Amino acid sequence: MTGFWSRFRRRRLAMIGLIVVALVVALAVAAPYLYPQSPWKMVQRPFLPPFANAMVPLGTDTLGRNVASGLAHGAQVSLLIGIVSTLVALAVGVPIGAIAGYFGGLVDDLLMRFTEFFQTVPSFALAIVLVAIFQPSLVSVVVAIGVVGWPPVARLVRGEVLAQRRREYVEAAILAGQSHFTIITRQILPNVVSPIVVLASLMVATAILLESSLSFLGLGDPSVMSWGYMIGAARTVVRQAWWLSFFPGVAILITVLAINLVGEGLAEALDPRSSRDHH
Amino acid sequence: MQTLWFLSSRLAKGILVVLAIVVLDFFLIHLAPGDPAAVMAGESGATDEIFLQQLRVKFGLDKPLLTQLGLYLWGVVRLDLGYSYRQQMPVFDLVMDRLPATLILTGAAFVFSLVIGVAMGAWAAANKGRPLDRLITTVSLIFYATPLFWMALMSVLVFSVWLDWLPGFGFEEVGGHENFLERVLDVSRHLVLPAVTLGLFFTAVYVRMTRSSMIETARMDFVKTARAKGLTERVILRRHVLRNAVLPVVTLAGLQAGQMVGGAVMTETVFAWPGIGRLMYEALLQRDYNLLLGVFLVSAAMVVVFNILTDWVYRLVDPRIEVAV
Repeated sequence: MTGFWSRFRRRRLAMIGLIVVALVVALAVAAPYLYPQSPWKMVQRPFLPPFANAMVPLGTDTLGRNVASGLAHGAQVSLLIGIVSTLVALAVGVPIGAIAGYFGGLVDDLLMRFTEFFQTVPSFALAIVLVAIFQPSLVSVVVAIGVVGWPPVARLVRGEVLAQRRREYVEAAILAGQSHFTIITRQILPNVVSPIVVLASLMVATAILLESSLSFLGLGDPSVMSWGYMIGAARTVVRQAWWLSFFPGVAILITVLAINLVGEGLAEALDPRSSRDHH
Repeated sequence: MQTLWFLSSRLAKGILVVLAIVVLDFFLIHLAPGDPAAVMAGESGATDEIFLQQLRVKFGLDKPLLTQLGLYLWGVVRLDLGYSYRQQMPVFDLVMDRLPATLILTGAAFVFSLVIGVAMGAWAAANKGRPLDRLITTVSLIFYATPLFWMALMSVLVFSVWLDWLPGFGFEEVGGHENFLERVLDVSRHLVLPAVTLGLFFTAVYVRMTRSSMIETARMDFVKTARAKGLTERVILRRHVLRNAVLPVVTLAGLQAGQMVGGAVMTETVFAWPGIGRLMYEALLQRDYNLLLGVFLVSAAMVVVFNILTDWVYRLVDPRIEVAV
């Protein structure tokens, strides 16, 4: 673990990414203290440009709401949905991939056809349909992103489990009379955690992009302030008030970029062999 | 003969996938909270009891679930995706009306991203470790993290509103064109911003893929052989490395077709591009679920067709497959 940290620390971009992610997390946690008022509340006259008033540093929107407060509260939703929907995707993808890779044969065939099907279906369109039909809410958004996100997890886990399946320690465990469930969860999965962690970290970034796209289209939870919603609501007035869509977009861009950098840093630090490629 | 066999087996598989999507559509309608007839009618029909009754009869909503599935499938087979009460047109006709605009947009974005992506990726790989490589890699990382709809909005703001270089709205100018060529030029001008914004995300993906694939290929033995033969680095890169490195990128590009559809929804919404993505957004706004599912079904079928085409192109490009079969 110390080896991992020293390898990770040596990657400058990954460290910058980690610091930015920490700042976004801090912003999300501090939002209720920084801006105790609801971000939906009107605080000033509408269309106040940024940097004009210290109380509302990033200006106000079409209804006089504080853009800075919206950004802070939006960070909560982005991170929450990014993380929870990734957990949902893992909860679906890991068992399917593990079972397919462990048992092989017909089970593997069936599960992989099922996975391929979900990979063929246009994922964003499916997410739109799911959220629209089940009505926009935090739960439906998380489920929709999880449903379109699990196939890569399943494929990755299947491949890794398949490779481990032939190793001697698995045969030893079978001979020792351990159950399949125990072998998969106690013996094999701990050995394939690294690539799953890397994929999961990159999926959080994708999930944040997906959530913002859904909110932009008006498919976010109507009671929660989010970055995508802010841009969507400001879309029609982009000519008059550029800052309303500019700042939330920058927030999404920076957050997603930072998480991707951390993910790539993790990939390199967890797999020492790959470090050769970069020197 | 082999090609025919290959295409028909892939086609059969594709039809199965489309059927599965129809079944998925069907269950979505039934899993949704509330009366399936009301779901199909969308908000428009919710107050119109006669229309709801018509739907119940048509789809046998009082009959067992399997019969209903049969009726639904039978409708899809006859290209009957239902009727959009909001738009006063059959769903299938609406989608077909809008399909050409989407094909133009996604086609242009696809070609743009593949050409630029492979070129930039190859350029970066040829300059591995130098500042140029770092610049290309960083820029593509940024585009990879940029929300598509935001990039679309910002490009309208900068290139259309502020600089007034290109139109940022619609498919063509209203009010006739002198001749066909003029119309083509007009549509092309309208196409630039949407196609480039839609393409940039994918460009970023192809840059990264091409770069790593080139670096990987450059380590292979046949490259050492080429070098030993005394070929110049330029020739080795172009003729040997790039050719082999591009194959996985083509495969990936084919698999991205589904993502392209999602991107089209965002791009067409922002640029008021009259394609099926925009139609999907309109259906969302009007809660016209039947239309929404219809667009979803057609776009999924489109992706299936595109995947088959990619497989076929891959076989044409890769000589090894011909030998293996």
